[in-house]
Amino acid sequence: MLAQTDLAKLIFGRLTLDSLPLHVPIVLGTFVVVAIGAIALLGAITYYKLWGYLWHEWFTSIDHKKIGIMYMILGFVMLLRGFSDAIMMRAQQAISFGDSHGYLPPEHYDQIFTAHGVIMIFFVAMPMVTGLMNFVMPLQIGARDVAFPFLNNFSFWMTVAGAMLVMCSLFIGEFARTGWLAYPPLSDIASSPDAGVDYYIWALQIAGVGTLLSGINLLVTIVKMRAPGMTMMKMPVFTWTALCTNVLIVAAFPVLTAVLALLALDRYAGTNFFTTELGGNAMMYVNLIWIWGHPEVYILILPAFGIFSEVTATFSRKPLFGYASMVYATVVITVLSYLVWLHHFFTMGSGASVNSFFGITTMIISIPTGAKIFNWLFTMYRGRVEFELPMMWTVAFMVTFVIGGMTGVLLAVPPADFSLHNSLFLIAHFHNVIIGGVLFGLFAGITYWFPKAFGFRLDPFWGKCSFWLWVVGFYFAFMPLYVLGLMGITRRLSHFDDPSLQIWFEIAAFGAFLIALGIGCNIIQFIVSFKNRERLRDTTGDPWGGRTLEWSTSSPPPKYNFAFTPLVHDHDAWWMMKKHHYQRPLSGFVPIHMPLNTGAGMIMAGLSFVFGFAMIWYMWLLAAVSFIALLAVAIGHTFNYHRDYYLSSDEVTRTEASRTELLASHV
Amino acid sequence: MSAHDELHAHGGDHGHDEEDFGIHATFGGYMTGFVLAVVLTVIPFWLVMDHVIAKSSTAAVIILTLAAVQIVVHMIYFLHMNAKSEGGWNMLALVFTIVLVVITLSGSIWIMYHLNSNMMPSMMDPSNLP
Repeated sequence: MLAQTDLAKLIFGRLTLDSLPLHVPIVLGTFVVVAIGAIALLGAITYYKLWGYLWHEWFTSIDHKKIGIMYMILGFVMLLRGFSDAIMMRAQQAISFGDSHGYLPPEHYDQIFTAHGVIMIFFVAMPMVTGLMNFVMPLQIGARDVAFPFLNNFSFWMTVAGAMLVMCSLFIGEFARTGWLAYPPLSDIASSPDAGVDYYIWALQIAGVGTLLSGINLLVTIVKMRAPGMTMMKMPVFTWTALCTNVLIVAAFPVLTAVLALLALDRYAGTNFFTTELGGNAMMYVNLIWIWGHPEVYILILPAFGIFSEVTATFSRKPLFGYASMVYATVVITVLSYLVWLHHFFTMGSGASVNSFFGITTMIISIPTGAKIFNWLFTMYRGRVEFELPMMWTVAFMVTFVIGGMTGVLLAVPPADFSLHNSLFLIAHFHNVIIGGVLFGLFAGITYWFPKAFGFRLDPFWGKCSFWLWVVGFYFAFMPLYVLGLMGITRRLSHFDDPSLQIWFEIAAFGAFLIALGIGCNIIQFIVSFKNRERLRDTTGDPWGGRTLEWSTSSPPPKYNFAFTPLVHDHDAWWMMKKHHYQRPLSGFVPIHMPLNTGAGMIMAGLSFVFGFAMIWYMWLLAAVSFIALLAVAIGHTFNYHRDYYLSSDEVTRTEASRTELLASHV
Repeated sequence: MSAHDELHAHGGDHGHDEEDFGIHATFGGYMTGFVLAVVLTVIPFWLVMDHVIAKSSTAAVIILTLAAVQIVVHMIYFLHMNAKSEGGWNMLALVFTIVLVVITLSGSIWIMYHLNSNMMPSMMDPSNLP
């Protein structure tokens, strides 16, 4: 009997049947729904015999365009999860007053707000931003792929592995109840002995490997692989922001990796980095994680700024106003983003000199950001502005983001922050900039580049429904939180006593409901657009009258992107080419050197997932085996010399000829 | 192979890459770097083992300085970095890295040492601690 328990412990670690949430009806219900959905999806894939197609064309693909699209799908799926957490919180807070305690017990509510934050930042915003950069940037600089195509595939699957771990925590064990940054001492082993924080640590570490590698990859791509003639100051603004974002990723993510590793050592090996004993200091965790955390904010927003720059210039039919100032503003923000981290913990106890230094640097960073807003406004000024959907998102962004930016400057004043920190005012502020900035930017970018990715436009009617529901819903959901925050209501509460506050939470819940409808319209938009794809077909490759090189290719682009590397003479390269009546080369094609697909990235990420899961549940045997297997596959892959091929000139000629035909038939 | 060369010509700014590689990778360079690295390692070892400097804080400063010199030796002789390699990108990246490391370290030290400034005087006295 004893031997049996030992064996079970060796195999299953601390995972027992009790870890499954069989006694929590909400989670059990969710599990049943998810399981039915998953079986239906897998069944459909099997029934339509799509496994081979998915494996050969997508999962093992190292084409930057397909990896970009897969990142976007991951981000959208996780958005649904993160949003269901959000609407559960809104519903709970709207009804949990006085004698009513709502439908979520506190320990479940705490997991939900933690999961919401972690998922929305790491598995919605990050994949979508990385996905857009992955898809668009190489096309914009006239490259055939990223610098390290296999690494790109591996990075993507590592991000998926991290997301899968977070999803697992829903049904096996529990997620952290610590808030999205897992501050010690709450996240120490003494206060959080269960697997929740370990899920958090390993999910972020595994996904972090992917983020860091993709940051290096895209950075090298921009530095080394620009088309001839494209000097730094002739790069499209989106590429500039992608460059700065990836610099930030490469510089900031190692800090996150280190601080989570220290926390893991505290939890697993009994070290005392962040305890109150033996010289440990929990404040050091707060300090270190925000050294990563503040640049992270700019990692998300800078590409969104790039998207708005492209969209504004395209739909105003004018070159971007103040290109050089836009670039300098981006670079200044990149450097300044490292000088403001303390504003996340003004109340930690530092004296006036520290707080005022970081308060002032925070206010300074709003100057380059404000310059950008004026650049976009001056681009629109006297432009022939076309209010297509991407432009609508951009205008909504400008209005919303300015409000969020101004409340941010309010929070940057240390005395004000002492009364507003950790209040709903802060929650309203950062949702104001992240939804109004990052998410609106992503929606603008998705609508803008969708025809490039799939060859047909998104349906404008359902897009506009989604737009209005999102924007109006956003204001309903978050303006009440500003009011509540000014009244002193703190974040992360699952129950309130004062009934006079209830109306504000009900308004916020109504806003969240509108956003839910917005997401619904978004899904309908995808379905309707797919059904009407023949009518929405983009045959020209340049549906919006674009300015940058990605619009010079067909929609969707051939897998080699450019048959000949374009020559760049000015920024807005494609606009100049059109102005000078550029003729596509129709002959003289040469074979193109292409990378071969490989499953190694997915296998290694799968093994990382198993390793992470084993570490979370103390399954030491499985952890050792999966780690050795991971190393073996990684080393084995270096001996794979069969990794490239030449696309014959005949095939290039055929592909280009079919495009010539398509262009001729739709003059 | 000829197809490959042709592609190379089309493949953007690969042309000047070859100039960057191999210039500094000489046997003499590696030997100079190796000898310098050994010397810079032996001196701190000797300082610690023979207690050459009585004051431990002075010794620590000297060892840290030698470590910093060691980093420079590695960068120049083993990583072949100089102000012009990779079209100046190496230098730019190095300067940016140093700026960030200095900000991170000095900022963290400043913040962590400033934490006590808002404590009540009675709590600052160690004899009053529980």
